[in-house]
Amino acid sequence: MDALIYLIPIALGLGGLGLGAFLWSMKNGQYDDLDGAAHRILLDDDE
Amino acid sequence: MATDAVSNQQTHHYTDVKSCQHCGTPVKSGDFCCAGCESAFNVLSGSDTTLDTAIYSPFAVETSGVYELELNVEGVHCASCIRLIENALLEEDDIHSARVNMTTERVRFSWQGEAALADKYARKIIDLGYMLKPLATEQEHANDSSEKRLLKAIAVAGFAAGNLMLLSVGLWTSTTEIMGAATKDFLHWVSALIALPAVIYSGLPFFKSAFRVIRAGYTNMDVPISLAVLLASIMSVSETFRGGDHVYFDSAAMLLFFLLIGRYLDMRAKGRARQSASKLLSRLSGSALVKERDGTVKDIALKDLQAGMHVIVASGENIPADGIVISGASQIDMSLISGETVPETIEKNARVFAGTVNIDAPLEIEVTKANDKSLLSEIVKMMEVAEQGSAKYVRLADRAAALYTPVVHTFGLLTFVGWWLLAGSEWQVALLHAVTVLIITCPCALGLAVPVVQVLASSRLMRNGILLKSGDALERLAGVDAIVFDKTGTLTLGHPTLVSNFHDGETLKFAASLAATSKHPLSRAIVRAYDGPLLALDNDVREIPGKGLEYIWNNKTVRLGKQSWCAVGVEQADGELNNLELWFAVEGEKPIAFIFEDQLRLDAQSVVDKIHELGLKTHLVSGDREPIVRKMADILNIDTAYGQVSPIDKTNYIQALKDKGLKVAMIGDGLNDAPALASADVSLSPSSAVDISQNTADIVFQGNELAPIVEAIQTARFSTKLVHQNFGLAVLYNIVAIPLAVLGYVTPLVAAIAMSGSSLVVIFNAFRLNFLRSFKGNQ
Repeated sequence: MDALIYLIPIALGLGGLGLGAFLWSMKNGQYDDLDGAAHRILLDDDE
Repeated sequence: MATDAVSNQQTHHYTDVKSCQHCGTPVKSGDFCCAGCESAFNVLSGSDTTLDTAIYSPFAVETSGVYELELNVEGVHCASCIRLIENALLEEDDIHSARVNMTTERVRFSWQGEAALADKYARKIIDLGYMLKPLATEQEHANDSSEKRLLKAIAVAGFAAGNLMLLSVGLWTSTTEIMGAATKDFLHWVSALIALPAVIYSGLPFFKSAFRVIRAGYTNMDVPISLAVLLASIMSVSETFRGGDHVYFDSAAMLLFFLLIGRYLDMRAKGRARQSASKLLSRLSGSALVKERDGTVKDIALKDLQAGMHVIVASGENIPADGIVISGASQIDMSLISGETVPETIEKNARVFAGTVNIDAPLEIEVTKANDKSLLSEIVKMMEVAEQGSAKYVRLADRAAALYTPVVHTFGLLTFVGWWLLAGSEWQVALLHAVTVLIITCPCALGLAVPVVQVLASSRLMRNGILLKSGDALERLAGVDAIVFDKTGTLTLGHPTLVSNFHDGETLKFAASLAATSKHPLSRAIVRAYDGPLLALDNDVREIPGKGLEYIWNNKTVRLGKQSWCAVGVEQADGELNNLELWFAVEGEKPIAFIFEDQLRLDAQSVVDKIHELGLKTHLVSGDREPIVRKMADILNIDTAYGQVSPIDKTNYIQALKDKGLKVAMIGDGLNDAPALASADVSLSPSSAVDISQNTADIVFQGNELAPIVEAIQTARFSTKLVHQNFGLAVLYNIVAIPLAVLGYVTPLVAAIAMSGSSLVVIFNAFRLNFLRSFKGNQ
């Protein structure tokens, strides 16, 4: 059972990383305009 | 002003037709659809510098020298629109950033300098052909942020639930003897470490709401939820301290996760309904061009109009207030007030009413009644009275919640009393069993039952062009026994269509070329009936208000207009009196009549049949003449029909049906229908309806067909059936779960399986909505 000492923190750490990434991307406005994002790929950047 | 470049860039909207620079109506030639738009455009685009333009700048927000403004923008529907707006803004020197959000239909930009620049930038976007509206800031921002808060709570609860479940699997599959007390306690403590912060953070929306209603002295669904989650956590902590087995951290987190999803979906559905509603509302609160005594022109909000003010009404615009014409002669579309589709000719000193549409030429009117006393407002007031009168509908979910709480809490109390007094257990054990009852009966399935169905139903309807404006509209629609139709604009298209088809191609072409220069409904009908290239008219077509159009062709006068003007002394073709006609006369030749009719919507017949098939009674109530209404009712097989009904009588008619115990749906589009719409149990409007009717209606459907009515009824019935089934499933689940909990057989494993199982069953059941077949009118 000693492995739990490492495994549990690692599991939580990985999960926490995912949670952190989601919260960050939401705060960053990544989900604010899903329709617009779908259309923006049609635009040329160098215009 | 770079209007040429702009109109070139804009051609992706209308590939072969240019659009009016001011109102965006497609035009066959020139930059404007009418003289009114041209003058309004010139006034607004700044050639008239006296105009007061501080419309948008007051909404700008300053942070350390940089202003930021967010506006609603209408008409963004492709990548080019995004580019067009953003580039137009970014090419300004002072602009820092500009970003269009297509989902929320907003544009946000920031700039350095003074606040007043906002109006310049806004004007630039408007000149591109997009409508702008200031945000109803507080409300909309509040919605955004609470939606985000819920999403974060879901993420945290999901993280906690997942990890707790992982730890719990170890606990469930093993026993204290195998893994040892120390390992078990360790896993419990780790669980507590994850669960407690998550419960506090994610549960806050429920705790807050529960606290609020308890303080106000009543109860809602959040009270049992909060109680169950908190009790589960507290009990688990105490069990962890004691080294016991009844640790429910995973259940608490999972409960929150599922309930938050339900809450989020509910909020999205409501938010979407509110958005459709507020978008319509903002159209109603427009502004009017007021001419001051010194000749300057000012944009004034409709609600600030006072008696005695002089208002300029461009052609094609709504008349903003009741008044008297001071200068100009035109035709007025009175269909709002009288239901009559043929315009009325007016000139100086004529009375005009708010909400009617000026068709021909610009008018200057003196306001005789302030806006809140106009005929329009009278009808609005009547509508409000009707709205207050109709009993408030209690949503199914609320009724279920009202039943749920006392029942479950009684069970909990009885369990405690039973174990403690009757079975003679220790009070700690009795309390444990009582709390288990509260946890396992927690309304997870109930909390998901309605929102999941509602979100699926509303997005399904939205795909079919049907907007729900209130969350419970579907529930009310499902219970309807009778449908009351309005005629003009509802069963019919509401605009005249050319029905005489004996014209040779050349005549029609010539007439259409003349008609293209006019906004009169009959002229437009001719243009619609003709497809092909128009003649290039080499000099001006004169529009003579109240008479028609005149054009000089090869030194001959060509006229398109009233019989008394074009075809004096000519006998009517079919002898039947028909006011929907235009005459076309070339000097020296025999005049030709164009006959029009307000045609039935294409699928009216099949929709009425289908409604009968669904077991509903149909009624037709119209302001039009009795024989016409009767004839239409006979054609369509409508059960009951009345003509010449005033707006008040329409309301009374609906009230009478309701008094008989019927649930009534009203479908109408005109201003004269608005009070009736408000007094019906549920109301629908086509999107061609006047703003006020669309505002009142619970459901607005788009397109030229009536099929959405059937689609809405079928979806409403099916989704209500699903909601009932879901409640049934939730009750069934409780019938099994409560005895187990009361008798003390529930372990954390049983609780986890039972609760997630019941939630998933409810969700899957809701997805059956996707299998419902759509109703297609005539095919």
